[in-house]
Amino acid sequence: MSDRVDVVNVVFAGLGGQGVIKASDILADAAFRAGRDVKKAEVHGMSQRGGSVTSDVRFGREVLSPMVPGGEADYLVVLSASEIAVTRPLLGPRGVLIPPDLVDEATLPNRKSLNVALLGALARLLDLPEEHWLAAIRAALPERLHEVNEKAFRIGRAAALRT
Amino acid sequence: MERRLLSGDEAVAAAAADGGVHLGTGYPGTPSTEILEAFSTLGGKAQWAPNEKVALEVGLGAAFAGARAIVTMKHVGLNVAADPLFTSAYTGVTGALVVVAADDPGMASSQNEQDSRRYAVAAGLPMLEPADSQEAYDLALAALELSERWQLPVILRMTTRVCHSKSIVTRRAASAPAPVPRFRRDVAARVMIPAYARPAHRRLRTKLDSLQAFGETSPLAVWREGDGKLGIVANGVTARHAREAAPGASLLELKLVHPLPLEKIRAFAASVERCVVLEEGDPVIADAVRAAGIAVEAKAPAFRFGELDVPRVRRILARDLTPEPEPPKGKPPQLCEACPYHPVYSTLKKLGCIVAGDIGCYTLGVLPPYEGMDTCVAMGASLGVGLGLRHVLPEEDARKVVSIIGDSTFVHTGLNGLVEMVYNPPPTGHVLVVLDNGTTAMTGQQEHPGTGRTLDHAPTGKLSIEGLARALGVRNVDVVDPIAEPAGFEKLLVDRLARRELSVVVARRPCILAAADIRKYEKAAAAAGCAACPEIENV
Repeated sequence: MSDRVDVVNVVFAGLGGQGVIKASDILADAAFRAGRDVKKAEVHGMSQRGGSVTSDVRFGREVLSPMVPGGEADYLVVLSASEIAVTRPLLGPRGVLIPPDLVDEATLPNRKSLNVALLGALARLLDLPEEHWLAAIRAALPERLHEVNEKAFRIGRAAALRT
Repeated sequence: MERRLLSGDEAVAAAAADGGVHLGTGYPGTPSTEILEAFSTLGGKAQWAPNEKVALEVGLGAAFAGARAIVTMKHVGLNVAADPLFTSAYTGVTGALVVVAADDPGMASSQNEQDSRRYAVAAGLPMLEPADSQEAYDLALAALELSERWQLPVILRMTTRVCHSKSIVTRRAASAPAPVPRFRRDVAARVMIPAYARPAHRRLRTKLDSLQAFGETSPLAVWREGDGKLGIVANGVTARHAREAAPGASLLELKLVHPLPLEKIRAFAASVERCVVLEEGDPVIADAVRAAGIAVEAKAPAFRFGELDVPRVRRILARDLTPEPEPPKGKPPQLCEACPYHPVYSTLKKLGCIVAGDIGCYTLGVLPPYEGMDTCVAMGASLGVGLGLRHVLPEEDARKVVSIIGDSTFVHTGLNGLVEMVYNPPPTGHVLVVLDNGTTAMTGQQEHPGTGRTLDHAPTGKLSIEGLARALGVRNVDVVDPIAEPAGFEKLLVDRLARRELSVVVARRPCILAAADIRKYEKAAAAAGCAACPEIENV
């Protein structure tokens, strides 16, 4: 039983092309770098074509099933307002929603980095060292996008502080 | 050793690289596609075949010569490869042949949710099934070893969750180098005329008996002691859901799913008060175990559909048959805004065509606003189904029938249908529209014989769809760009539908997602001057 008490369940949601999978890759990598057991699950394929996409990341001492049980997510990070209503049931009773409008897109150096900005907001709530977040962002993106996304990450982090 | 976060597909590729695989081949299909791409990235020799049957035959030939080969496909691809698969169980192999079949319970991106475990039973082949990426790595290596030891092809069955989930993998040191391939004549083992096939079938059954005995004591079934009340027999990712849903239960995790270690299962079932078999899809294990006279509980029929997860496993264990909550209904996928097929579908809709469709991105044309497809069954089926409709419908309807197929799907199995069209033309003729976007778009823009580039995008021989249609004797063959000339496309289609002749219209325009990469590959090929393959001419 104790094995899964410390497991953190995060669900990312959005539309194909918004960087849902990229965001979940970065969180999974940051948790991996921090020495946690990690599992990440999503379904790709048809979802490439602009449809709804969700991706689950679970990390802790030992993770068994790769999928976040419905209604048990600790955090739900949503990149498109249209996806909030359909995915909210995935969140647990004490779970936290991180909606897309938490970050003012106009403040971002590039609108495409909303996914990383929301990761910044999530980072405020998770116990993962910042160095691992930044290393994971750099590993996931080409060098020319590092600066823009690190800035987006910091903007998201600051936005979470305000709420 | 190196620890990394890998998907199940990437883990299989890593095992192929570390296991000395000489050749990887297959046909793209979600969720299996990334295996060969990752194997190529790791420096392995990986190639796309026109379809799964050809891929399996290429792998079989390599394994006859003593090489280690891996052949990848999605579950429905195994249907295409089934003919050589069944008899390869008789011929056996000298080297190693691992067939990766990726099932899609819940149909995230497939036309059915068939359970490929049935193939292992039907063909008489050993089958391994991993639960996560580490097991995908370990069992892919185990499959190579079992294949060499028993001289049989081995099926590695995966599912969408295992293929596409990422978890931590520790790689081992590369195994001893694979033997150098060489040809050794063995007619009785390799030429399956009845006189040689009869003893071959007996040999196969003897091998399977020996494999079953091996399975009874091998670490390919993991017995975890629990409190003795509840016992769970499970395979694949379901075993992980079970450990989470019932942490106190005894668990028998089956990694060798065919042949089953029935005596071990018998002892396990006897050690607990209540024994439940948990498996996604068909009740394959439950049926086999019960047929062996072992009392176990199977899941309720409602859980045959879709994937299992922790909440569904809890329900099965609680014998809870109350209606399950609906999964979130998100936005369905759709044709990209700038997809070159929009004018094709608007024309088909405008002309009121009866459309025999096929499998690919363009299947999304069935959704509003076009609702531009009337049938979609299997890869390549648009030709045969369209011809069947033409043969029997009253003339005024028959003349509205159009078959549409993508370029990669056409090469996969549409080709045979085109031969049928020429051989048995309906009285009203027929019209085939090939939607040629220059890539296998749906699965993530893989190359195919019609692109003239190999898996790693290097230039190679290029199959010409229009050249092939002309060579087969199709009277009217045209190539048109539906975006540049939408009116021309419509005019052409109207004309061809009015003729009682055979017509092929190639609607050619690169996939909007692939266009930039295609230009890059073409530039690179031009710069290299294609010196690599002067002997290859266009078909």
